[in-house]
Amino acid sequence: MSDSAAAIFDPSLELWEERVRGGAHWSGVLRRGNTLRVTDLKGGANVAMLFYNYEDKLERYNMADTLKGQHTAFLTKGNVCYSDMGRVMCSISDDTCGWHDTIGGVSNASLVRQKFGQARYQEHRNEYYRNGFDSLLNELAKFGLGKRDLVANLNLFSKVSVDEDGNMQFQQDNSKTGDYVDLRFEMNSLVVLSTCQHPLDPAAKYNPGDIDLAAWRSGPAGADDPCRNACAENQRAFLNTERLYA
Amino acid sequence: MSPELTESHLAVEDALFREVVAAGEPFMKEIKKGQVLRILDLEGNQAVDTLFYSATDCEERYDANNTIRTQGNIYLSTGTILRSNEGNPMLTITADTCGRHDTLGGACSAESNTVRYALEKRHMHSCRDSFLMALADWDKDLDKRDLSSNINFFMNVPVTPEGNLTFEDGISEAGRYVEMRAEMDVIVLISNCPQLNNPCNAYNPTPVEVLIWEY
Repeated sequence: MSDSAAAIFDPSLELWEERVRGGAHWSGVLRRGNTLRVTDLKGGANVAMLFYNYEDKLERYNMADTLKGQHTAFLTKGNVCYSDMGRVMCSISDDTCGWHDTIGGVSNASLVRQKFGQARYQEHRNEYYRNGFDSLLNELAKFGLGKRDLVANLNLFSKVSVDEDGNMQFQQDNSKTGDYVDLRFEMNSLVVLSTCQHPLDPAAKYNPGDIDLAAWRSGPAGADDPCRNACAENQRAFLNTERLYA
Repeated sequence: MSPELTESHLAVEDALFREVVAAGEPFMKEIKKGQVLRILDLEGNQAVDTLFYSATDCEERYDANNTIRTQGNIYLSTGTILRSNEGNPMLTITADTCGRHDTLGGACSAESNTVRYALEKRHMHSCRDSFLMALADWDKDLDKRDLSSNINFFMNVPVTPEGNLTFEDGISEAGRYVEMRAEMDVIVLISNCPQLNNPCNAYNPTPVEVLIWEY
């Protein structure tokens, strides 16, 4: 591999692929130098997501540091996700969607019950209604983590804009069928996610969207990487990450 | 839109607790349900980084996302219900002579200073250092895991319709305050922000006063 990471998905470098149904929860480890492509299979999916340093789970994605470092309230191609220790956890090396939400948070049991009513496992088997908070907690618990670790999350494929008075507006149709976002991991990371609907999604029905996950060996960011060089803050955060792996 | 300002009817001489928190110092104290907490910006433009925990179950704590999403607005002011990660009301803002407060900007740290300003800024004092030392002194099992997205009282972090986020000069002045009523027994954790690298403290961190009333 050259100095630059493989920016374009090459099937010969694929490590694995997995489909995740709408409303499901998932966790896994993505190593430094591997890219996770997340694809919205039908349009309108939402992926609530959090990252933890796999070797030291006290270090985790930090919403505020990510936003402040890059002077943005949302994420897209060229942005990176910062940990609370001043390091880059992953870079958004490609994105066909254009806006991923950082401020909406996750749904919870009472919100889902209020919006969609109740559907228990007893009657509905695996079509039962799940919610983002409990789903993320469920995955975190597999790694000894809990509510203390469930911090402000990303919502891939969702757009919440803010008007001049601070009012939050969920923008429908932000993500189309086949839209994808590539997360290139610069740090060995535990990834936990839930494919429940966004808490501000006004949809009247419980109808979370399916996604596809595919990982490939892209290599980490090179010296000429656009995410690294998007701003001086990112350059310094990459240096901090590289010191960890020196 | 200029924010609406709401004054309190509580008299300073009736307060049951008053303490000045020097610039760069933390403050941590339990506040009982029904008590009223006021944070007073003594000299103006001073960011006050603040977290709340339920006093009976510290795993229940202030949640920025639930708070802003439930009210549909990213700025905190009079009428805002500060909500927990369980969705429960923790405190309600009952008076505010500043107008709006931030909850997206987070707390500064040695590590974030290296990213935002320069690697050589690591040594500078930060809110997260204050938080960590206050938690270490508290008699409960709280530590770095418990540092989640905080409130920045008196801080101005506008988000534009295009999604830009900036740190602007403060909109607070000497004597402005924000007041909130506890809806459950809570522990308040404050860092009176020592940041010198951006305008959140007008490049001059100054003391604030914490006052508590029995309602």
